[in-house]
Amino acid sequence: MKIIVCIKQVPDTAARIRIAASGKEIVTSELTYVVNPYDEYAVEEALRIREKTEGEVVVISMGPDRVSEAIRTTLAMGADRGIHLRDSAFEGSDPYATSKLLAKVISGMEYDLILCGKQAVDDNASFVGPALAEFLGVPQATVITKLDLSADRKSITVEREVEGGKEVLELPLPALVTAQKGLNEPRYASLPGIMKAKKKEIKVMDAASVGMAPDEVGEKGAKQKLISLSLPADRKAGKVIPGEPAEAVKELVRLIREEARAL
Amino acid sequence: MDFEWTEEHRMVREMVRKFTDQEVRPLAAEIDRKEEIPADLLRKAAENGLMGIAIPDAYGGSGFGEIGYCIMMEELSHGCASFAITIAAHQSIGCMPILLDGTEEQKQKFLAPMARGEKLGAFALTESEAGSDAGGIRTSAAVDGDAFVINGSKIWITNGGIADIVVLYAATDTAKGPKGGITAFIVPTDTPGFSVGTVEKKMGIRGSNTAELIFENMRIPVSQVLGKVGDGFKNAMGTLDYGRLGLGAAAVGASREMLELSVRHAQERQQFGKPIAEQQIIQFYLAEMGARIYAMESMVYRTAAMADRGEKFSRESAMVKYLCTEWQDWIVDRAMQIHGGMGYMTHMPIERFYRDSRINRIFEGTNEIQHLVIARDLLKKGKY
Repeated sequence: MKIIVCIKQVPDTAARIRIAASGKEIVTSELTYVVNPYDEYAVEEALRIREKTEGEVVVISMGPDRVSEAIRTTLAMGADRGIHLRDSAFEGSDPYATSKLLAKVISGMEYDLILCGKQAVDDNASFVGPALAEFLGVPQATVITKLDLSADRKSITVEREVEGGKEVLELPLPALVTAQKGLNEPRYASLPGIMKAKKKEIKVMDAASVGMAPDEVGEKGAKQKLISLSLPADRKAGKVIPGEPAEAVKELVRLIREEARAL
Repeated sequence: MDFEWTEEHRMVREMVRKFTDQEVRPLAAEIDRKEEIPADLLRKAAENGLMGIAIPDAYGGSGFGEIGYCIMMEELSHGCASFAITIAAHQSIGCMPILLDGTEEQKQKFLAPMARGEKLGAFALTESEAGSDAGGIRTSAAVDGDAFVINGSKIWITNGGIADIVVLYAATDTAKGPKGGITAFIVPTDTPGFSVGTVEKKMGIRGSNTAELIFENMRIPVSQVLGKVGDGFKNAMGTLDYGRLGLGAAAVGASREMLELSVRHAQERQQFGKPIAEQQIIQFYLAEMGARIYAMESMVYRTAAMADRGEKFSRESAMVKYLCTEWQDWIVDRAMQIHGGMGYMTHMPIERFYRDSRINRIFEGTNEIQHLVIARDLLKKGKY
């Protein structure tokens, strides 16, 4: 099986985000970056399938120099090789431009299955996986929590979360799925794995080597225009209602009615 | 001079940070209460290469050297000192003597399974009459054919009751004392004549195992003599250089955890209608904690880089151990002051860090001994 996993490097989920003076970017100077947590489920699932069927897991990511660290982390988990899409022309990509670029790269590759995270935890667009499947013309299932490969390896059966239950789908391969929490328990990029990953290949590709014109990628290839970023309003301090439970509840109900006006 | 982390260092840190957040920190209070490290946690650490991070891959490790080891100790120490110390005793002073002076055969037979985490190690030097003064060692080893017969006991041995392989220092020539009279032995703990005595109850690092070891007519073949007969003291001192540096790294991690919790608490805790972080005295505490941590971190990694370059770092390691552990205690104390009553209660980790911190000024050479090491070096050289 040839498996492709698309990953994104995102700010550490515990990071305190600040908005830059331009109002269109976040301050990145003091951030630490990690592999998008949903993408880790995708990588883990790809590795488990490869362990059963042999073959190859290729990890693709787009972004500046630092992104090589995210790719290297997945190689340390056990992926075979990486592709780093790196070009200053890719800056300002929106999810549309990103999925167009990925589709162009992947259409030139052999693959049986593509895995993505269900969304990236930075912009939460949930766009790239589904759009990529559309551009490639392959069937897709999003937000999956279970994946089974058929005995003849020609199809997969997946479970996906739907409101109030689950949906079971069968997809012929090649196909694309996006991973949800619960799909598996991702392994660590073990220390011996980090050592081994040093020797694995990360191929760097720019717009020219992908075969796209500079005006098709990045900000020029984007359909969205970012107008501004703002932080959510500060949460107001909570209120402690003192006294015996029976009295406190009365006061709570009064506040819900009169102050919060929720009733 | 380059103070930038490599990509590899950042990946190691991220891996251990994640392991600490997901596997170690959630168990830390229970480890302290039950006075035991769960076997499953040690197995996960082994699977992910934590038990041999500094050991070359030719001997079962992952080959990240002392810088890698210090990064690991720092990150683990954010979560649980008992667990960090268990790994430190195994690796930094359990494996290291064999890496320093073992034969190729000894390294393959004993060190490799230790570095892979299949066997747990320990370092047995201290006795009831010999601690800071290693020359007082009474455990004796007498030649008998192709073996040494060992009698005596050791006390306060970290991992003593749970180790598979112990590096033991015994007197082979009492007339000669430390220089020439002490020999290191590799002792599998299933050797007849080896037994575990008292397992200690402690103020801190309660989850780490601290035990008395007893040797009664224990026969150790000549093939398990580590280094040359009579060179044991040198091996022990060389090993402690690594152990002391690692303790410095552990102090950095624990101190950072205290500072980070303190910063958060100071911004959340309201008194007189504003967060206590707006009080100048609290700001001074935080500033002092941060400045000390910066110095600690700097000296730890500068010294680790010396070790990785193969330079002698005994004096520097003593300086690291002394200053980092003194400051760790000061920082933990400030963290408790900032947290007030909340810090004293057991549902916050502050009091555990406070108890766990204190041993660092005592073991692997008391800080008074570190002063001796530093001063002797200065006096010998006649300059810095």
